[in-house]
Amino acid sequence: MDYIAMTTGFILILIGLFGALTNRNILRMIVAFTVADTGVNLVIVGVGYMRGRTAPILDSAVAAADAVARIIDPVPQALVLTAIVIGVGVTALMLAYAYKLYEKKHTLDIAKFTELKW
Amino acid sequence: MVSRFFVLLLLTGVGAIFVSLMFGYVPDNALNLTARYYAENTVRDTGAANIVAAIVVTFRGLDTLGEVTVLFLTAAIVGLVLAGSQQGRLRREQPAPGELLVTGTRLLVPLTLLLGVYVFVNGHLTPGGGFQGGAILASAVLMLLLADPLREFSHQLISAIESISGLVFVAIGLLGMVYAGGFLDNRILPLGTLGDLISAGAIPVIYSFIGLKVGAEFSSMMVNLSETEEP
Repeated sequence: MDYIAMTTGFILILIGLFGALTNRNILRMIVAFTVADTGVNLVIVGVGYMRGRTAPILDSAVAAADAVARIIDPVPQALVLTAIVIGVGVTALMLAYAYKLYEKKHTLDIAKFTELKW
Repeated sequence: MVSRFFVLLLLTGVGAIFVSLMFGYVPDNALNLTARYYAENTVRDTGAANIVAAIVVTFRGLDTLGEVTVLFLTAAIVGLVLAGSQQGRLRREQPAPGELLVTGTRLLVPLTLLLGVYVFVNGHLTPGGGFQGGAILASAVLMLLLADPLREFSHQLISAIESISGLVFVAIGLLGMVYAGGFLDNRILPLGTLGDLISAGAIPVIYSFIGLKVGAEFSSMMVNLSETEEP
């Protein structure tokens, strides 16, 4: 299970990088970045998974006393929670800047933006 | 196609790194030191049933404050960047949104808001919490925007909710310094019994305000993006 999640995550990162590097359209690049972002999150959650254990939530099924032996690592989950939220913020900023670029040149083709090229 | 070749070369290299990482990965059989500390001490120190919520709100509460600040900055910058494009909003004829969408929105928006509030109020007991609940609240706003793209949302109300929630979050953190062990300590309120709705000290209060703040920030981003005139 953890290997499946990690393999999927790594493949998503590669797909995202490929899309971001080969696409010319800025919107497609943003989508590719969010795909790579999802892949990173999936890998981190996959690392925290442990076989035969349950979610880090204590209730009637998992008593507080034997939590150490029953739950998976909660730290990657807290980390990914943060990463998802920051990812949303980054995506919103990228979209806003893409809009501004479109307003300026009336195109989203990255090859038309040559000001910073040397 | 030289650039395509270099991209594939780069991806092969990154893929080789990933494959070697996969083969070198040994799953843990027991919790590591940090996770073990959280598993053993969460109930005693915070009284929360959801250990992830305890880590996010109490043990690493300062990080969450920083995270909420990043979101606030993002919402503010999106508003600032798009501010020049919003004068004289385009009032051209929109295609009618359709009966299904309008009726479905009317039915679903109250339920979605209720689910969002439920998710962040129960953040210390069930999977969920302020960020998830806030995102659900914002999805209700998104639904309203889809059904009527020209709907006016009160920017003052959104920013008032956001600022008040942020202020309360910091104020509770400072109260923790005065009445309990340190900044954002949740023991300023009684811990209660594990699994009750009113338990875990200040965690439900803090998470509710985080939920309102995140909902307001996501809504302000979406409203700003939607109010922008097409050039």
